[in-house]
Amino acid sequence: MKKVKLTFMLICIGFLFAGKTPRYEIGDLVSDFRLKNVDGKMISLSDYNSAKGVIIIFDCNTCPYSRAYNDRIIDLNKKYAPQGFPVITINPNNPELSPGDSFTEMAALAKRKNYSFPYLVDETQKVARSFGASNTPHVFVLKNDAKDFKVAYIGTIDNNSRDASAANKKYVEDAVNALLENKTVSTTRTKAIGCGIKWKD
Amino acid sequence: MSKFLLFILLLVTQYTLAQQATVVKFDRLQTLIESKSDQIQVINFWATWCAPCVKELPFFEMINAQNDPLVKVTLINLDFVDKLATVNAFINRKSMKSEVLLLDEIDYDSWIDKVDKSWGGAIPATLFINHKTGQRKFVDRELKEGDLERVILELKK
Repeated sequence: MKKVKLTFMLICIGFLFAGKTPRYEIGDLVSDFRLKNVDGKMISLSDYNSAKGVIIIFDCNTCPYSRAYNDRIIDLNKKYAPQGFPVITINPNNPELSPGDSFTEMAALAKRKNYSFPYLVDETQKVARSFGASNTPHVFVLKNDAKDFKVAYIGTIDNNSRDASAANKKYVEDAVNALLENKTVSTTRTKAIGCGIKWKD
Repeated sequence: MSKFLLFILLLVTQYTLAQQATVVKFDRLQTLIESKSDQIQVINFWATWCAPCVKELPFFEMINAQNDPLVKVTLINLDFVDKLATVNAFINRKSMKSEVLLLDEIDYDSWIDKVDKSWGGAIPATLFINHKTGQRKFVDRELKEGDLERVILELKK
């Protein structure tokens, strides 16, 4: 009985720490990161110092929600890259746990869908951890404040993963539109059902 | 005659064994969360496409099969409602006996916080509630063998 109690306590402590990982909140300054793109080139957040901001999306090849949102992500970049808010996608899934998310598979998807934005590998999963990403797709809209990237929105793309045409709350578009007009973002945080990131440990 | 009886028996067993998912809205889930029953509510969120969810389902089935009058297992399925046939085929294939509710609420942001404020929406996730003692535990990760029993044991105290 004592043993059961101890094991239970250890599990509780484990959960406690799992829930307390430091993560970015709205308004937080984002540290620079440097990750490999599917074309083999390294990309840093600081490469975007001249942009008005960036739309960071933790995404993957395998999650049904990522597949459902794939075209919408491509459209976000089409619409907002010319306005100074490009998309950067980052795949944090461990390819040993999710073989469909290997570098080769990522490159194939980017080529097949003609990505005009980076699709980066977060091999150590450190970037996803520091952001506090939990699902795919998981969006972080960053505003560039004189080369300081600050978190302006965290959450989902819109309120209908199944059917883009039925979505009547377009959270990411609303956030970016507000930032482009120097207005405050009205909805800064949303939640959505998604595939949990495949963490190595 | 015996053939006919066998056929009837087969029909009856098919009917009693083969569970079907019931399509529900959030109010049904809310009733479970706020239920005043003496049973410990074990509410698991899963989907057929979610590999870690599928992996831990047998643990919930095992708890359900114990027929403990103090424990109620409910599996909340989060597949899209147009995949109901896929979900039912899955339930039959795995001979699942626990109650399965397909939650048809696509505007996720409107209800996730009502399940648990700490939940980001990633599945698998499981909510344990003991209404009598007011204890509540939310686990937003895959459960390993034995975890489920341990949490239920703790909530029974």
